[in-house]
Amino acid sequence: MLEPPAACQSVGVVEPQTARFDEALPLRSGSHLDSFELVFETYGKLNAQRSNAVLVCHALSGSHHVAGRYAGEDENSGWWDNLIGPGKPLDTNKFFVIGVNNLGGCHGSTGPRSTNPATGQPWGADFPFVTVEDWVDAQARLADKLGIECLAAVIGGSLGGMQALSWALQYPNRIRHAAVIASAPKLSAQNIAFNEVARRAILTDPDFHGGHFYAHGALPERGLRLARMLGHITYLSDDAMGEKFGRNLRHGKAVYSYDPEFEIESYLRYQGDKFSRQFDANTYLLTTKALDYYDPAFEYDDDLTAALAAARANFLVVAFSTDWRFSPERSREIVYALAHNGRNVTYAEIDSAAGHDSFLLDDPQYHAILSAWFGRIEV
Amino acid sequence: MAAYRYDYDVIAQWIAHGEKVLDLGCGDGGLLRHLIETRQVRGYGVENDPEKILACVKNGINVIQADMNRGLTGFDDDFFDHVIMSLSLQAMHNTQGILAEMLRVGHEAVVSFPNFGYWQHRQSILNGRMPVSKSLPYQWFDTPNVRFFTINDFEALCAQTGIAIHKRLAFDEGKVIVDEPNFLASVAVYRLGRS
Repeated sequence: MLEPPAACQSVGVVEPQTARFDEALPLRSGSHLDSFELVFETYGKLNAQRSNAVLVCHALSGSHHVAGRYAGEDENSGWWDNLIGPGKPLDTNKFFVIGVNNLGGCHGSTGPRSTNPATGQPWGADFPFVTVEDWVDAQARLADKLGIECLAAVIGGSLGGMQALSWALQYPNRIRHAAVIASAPKLSAQNIAFNEVARRAILTDPDFHGGHFYAHGALPERGLRLARMLGHITYLSDDAMGEKFGRNLRHGKAVYSYDPEFEIESYLRYQGDKFSRQFDANTYLLTTKALDYYDPAFEYDDDLTAALAAARANFLVVAFSTDWRFSPERSREIVYALAHNGRNVTYAEIDSAAGHDSFLLDDPQYHAILSAWFGRIEV
Repeated sequence: MAAYRYDYDVIAQWIAHGEKVLDLGCGDGGLLRHLIETRQVRGYGVENDPEKILACVKNGINVIQADMNRGLTGFDDDFFDHVIMSLSLQAMHNTQGILAEMLRVGHEAVVSFPNFGYWQHRQSILNGRMPVSKSLPYQWFDTPNVRFFTINDFEALCAQTGIAIHKRLAFDEGKVIVDEPNFLASVAVYRLGRS
């Protein structure tokens, strides 16, 4: 029998692993965690020189499950499965790829749902604030544990792109390449405003119980649902939404009801419902705050060029034409700040209709650029 | 544009070792690759064609996707030693704006362009047809070029806008033309500065 074509296979069935860290982790907020666990997945093989590791950082709602699928589950493939696998742009025949759930997350790493050793109860709202920099510190501990001194690359989209950038600043000698996709050097006031509306939806949900809803056997589903609905509006472009849903009516005509009539209403409710059952409200709050706080130029009097002076990595920055949540303009700020530091940087602005969500899609130009860029990385 | 590789060598002569160079309309990054190899420059290209961007990534050239007609606003004043535009000025709408921007972000500018006053082009016009030649290889209906000008036109613009011409070399088929360049040269390469 013929072998299936080598191009574009899945990494297949994958299993998450858990790493435990017993050395305290100081956090930017001034707090610390005495110990913590990170859940992660790996794809491909770490080579003998340990020089082919690529870390994939997730955004707001992502997880360590980046590629492949779990045994017995045909659905629920990894969130960046179109990018990662044998023959794919991030080729697991060449690279050892690591996906990790961030600290404060709700997919298995230590977070608000975990037990607070001081009380024996879930941390809930008492889980300390974590920042992008804290996540990177925790990821560096994981790299230590895997015996990886220097990562071939770190890649992330959106909030994940901020982590890739932060890696280059916090550990300039431990990262050779950074891919910062659909990201920004800091959120705009408008972006923080969207996050604040999402947070208010959660915080004012009567089932939130000040963040200790676990003890009440409650889930602030209403708040999370609204937060997610709002988020989804901002991840799509006006055009993409128009093309996908338009003004289509489920009943073909107005029935004068507050039940979903327009297709876009059904879509948002479906996305909100699904998310509110799976995601943790405290993680959502923590993560949006991490996004809001991220601003490497803050300590440099708003001078991004000065802030990025520590970076040594070779950068790829990608933005999407219709992304208004993380607009191309914000990516360009990173590009010019890197260029003014004499760093190697390439910037591609992909013509895509899909808004912020574009970074998760397999646009041919986008994936060709990633494929070429990863292809040149020596391992 | 492989036929005009000789302008790479001219440009390279004017670039010192280790300079910071910006190449506008850098194509697949061929000139920057040449300058990196022969002059060890730290180079960046600007391009807006997705296929050429991809070619640059494949060639390992730093390329920044941008529309040059909207200026070089992201770059600081005087950041580059040389800003190069090789055989692209005739394809820019905002001729004066881009020349001013080149001399804002660069200490010097290097510009090459096809000379519309080249005798073969004049002959073609006299015969009633728009020129199609090695330096102007397109038909009038599918050319990316939007500005058609001669060496004398360009020098008049420089005089008018206070751009100093530090050096000019004119060529016909790779041969240097010293006399009557506006008539005998198909391509001119300039080294420009602020006056």
